Amino acid sequence: MTTALPRVDVAPVASAKRRRRAPGWLAVVPLLAFTAITFGLPALAMLNGAFTVKDQATGATSYSGENLSSSLQGAYLTALLGSVKLSAVSAAIATLFGLLLAQAVVTSRFRFLREAVLTASGVLANFGGVPLAFAFVATLGNSGVLTGRLGLKDAGFDLYSFWGLTLVYLYFLVPLMVLTITPALEGLRAQWREAAQNNGATHGQYWRHVALPVLTPSLLGGFVLLFGSAFAAYATAAAMVGSTVPLVTLQIADALSGNVLVGQENVALALSLDMVVVAGLVMAVYLPLQRRSSRWLA
Amino acid sequence: MARLTFSRTRVRPGRGLVLAAAAVYFLVPLAASVVFSVDSGDHVTFGAYSQILGTEGFTDSLLLSLELAVTTIVLVLLLMVPAMVALRLGASKLRSVVAVVCSLPLVVPPIAFVAGISTVLKWGPEYLSRTPLFQTIVAIQNENYPFVLVLAYVVMALPFVYQALDAGLRAVDVRTLVEAARSCGASWPQALVRAVLPNLRGALLNASFLTLALVLGEFTVSHLLGYQPFAVWIVDISGAQAQMSVAVSVLSLLVTWVLLLALAAVGGRRTPSRTAP
Repeated sequence: MTTALPRVDVAPVASAKRRRRAPGWLAVVPLLAFTAITFGLPALAMLNGAFTVKDQATGATSYSGENLSSSLQGAYLTALLGSVKLSAVSAAIATLFGLLLAQAVVTSRFRFLREAVLTASGVLANFGGVPLAFAFVATLGNSGVLTGRLGLKDAGFDLYSFWGLTLVYLYFLVPLMVLTITPALEGLRAQWREAAQNNGATHGQYWRHVALPVLTPSLLGGFVLLFGSAFAAYATAAAMVGSTVPLVTLQIADALSGNVLVGQENVALALSLDMVVVAGLVMAVYLPLQRRSSRWLA
Repeated sequence: MARLTFSRTRVRPGRGLVLAAAAVYFLVPLAASVVFSVDSGDHVTFGAYSQILGTEGFTDSLLLSLELAVTTIVLVLLLMVPAMVALRLGASKLRSVVAVVCSLPLVVPPIAFVAGISTVLKWGPEYLSRTPLFQTIVAIQNENYPFVLVLAYVVMALPFVYQALDAGLRAVDVRTLVEAARSCGASWPQALVRAVLPNLRGALLNASFLTLALVLGEFTVSHLLGYQPFAVWIVDISGAQAQMSVAVSVLSLLVTWVLLLALAAVGGRRTPSRTAP
């Protein structure tokens, strides 16, 4: 009896400790193994393929930077720059309008309006891809509802162009900006505005010297996030413009499916690598900015 | 005080203008889509909507998308929930590893990811034709049920599922819950299923809805691998039946909205932003 008691006391603690440690990494192993295969393998294949050159005559393969250099030349370079330009322009416009809209909503006295816009933003930011493209084709496309009625064609408007695509991209970029910037705007304390006003600052001075400096990391971070979103977008552009606007995602798709030239698969992989590098840079800029801006939200 | 009222009156017309412009920009395409899908020259017809069910490929592609979505949700939760709970209980070294692994898919755009996948799939006939791995590679590309898409979607869903679960776990004291359950004599699976999971209901729903929306709208990967789930089907019919493709887009939009609004209502919080496709 007396020897049984301590054993009962000790055993659960020891076993609980042992068991707590065991599932710690055992439960994580399947996740890591899964991503190593389903994500790691394709990533390595892309890296390997981007640097592999296959001799058409002999079939021999060798490593070189040829694919990467041809992915940065001619039509491919045009497409890459086109993507960067489209993403930068639409992200910049969306940053401005997103800020204006978020500010209008945050300072609103109507709680309902606020909640409605924020919920709608959550929905619209997720609304990309195919349905978005068709909604705009139905509205402003060649036989769109508004195109004929407003005589947009005669006015020189073309949805299947750079600016047309920008207009479409804003549809999911502006809500994304509203979601990103709202916490920062809520972090602007009323006391700061009052302090500025007590010191005789005008509305404009308050924004220039107090609000914007505080918001800058959030705004830049938001811009970079939007840029990344627009840069990676494929479905909307593919469903809408075909290949009238040169974009790197469309080029990769064409090269992958052998639409243009046979044997361009490895150039497609090199282009993909270019995209990963750009997206990686985006994240490398975004994460520190986000950390910095979150300091004000505490 | 005078200055305060001054600044308020100065801001308000601007605010009205911004809100009105936003309302026009965001509502007109939706309204125009509805008009486009019911407009047949001189009268209104709902033919595009009533014919949807009978159109070839609609049921098949929608069912395929739903099957893929359910499998993806089950698989991603089976992988993520035990791992995330375990990380809360200990194994703090692995915590940052998992955080990095789960955000890596954000750095690889879907189009680059699918370029890698199709390269790996090509290894099957090229190098592995005499090994049992070849059978696996053939099996996951089955036309009727392309499991390779599920694998890809799980990877693409990881960042959102991680965010949702992480937010949910932050609000719960997992260690206390588990220890309480354990000291009441529950086994590890019991503690997980009956003590931890009920407290994570919101986060699990959140993660499931986001994954569902992701899979239902996914176009890039499935299109380039040559399968025809829902989004690909809409594009494929758009050439011949423009009106119907818009009608289906409107419907799929409504469904997605209802899902995400339900999520917003259930979760009681805004949906985390995600990179648009």
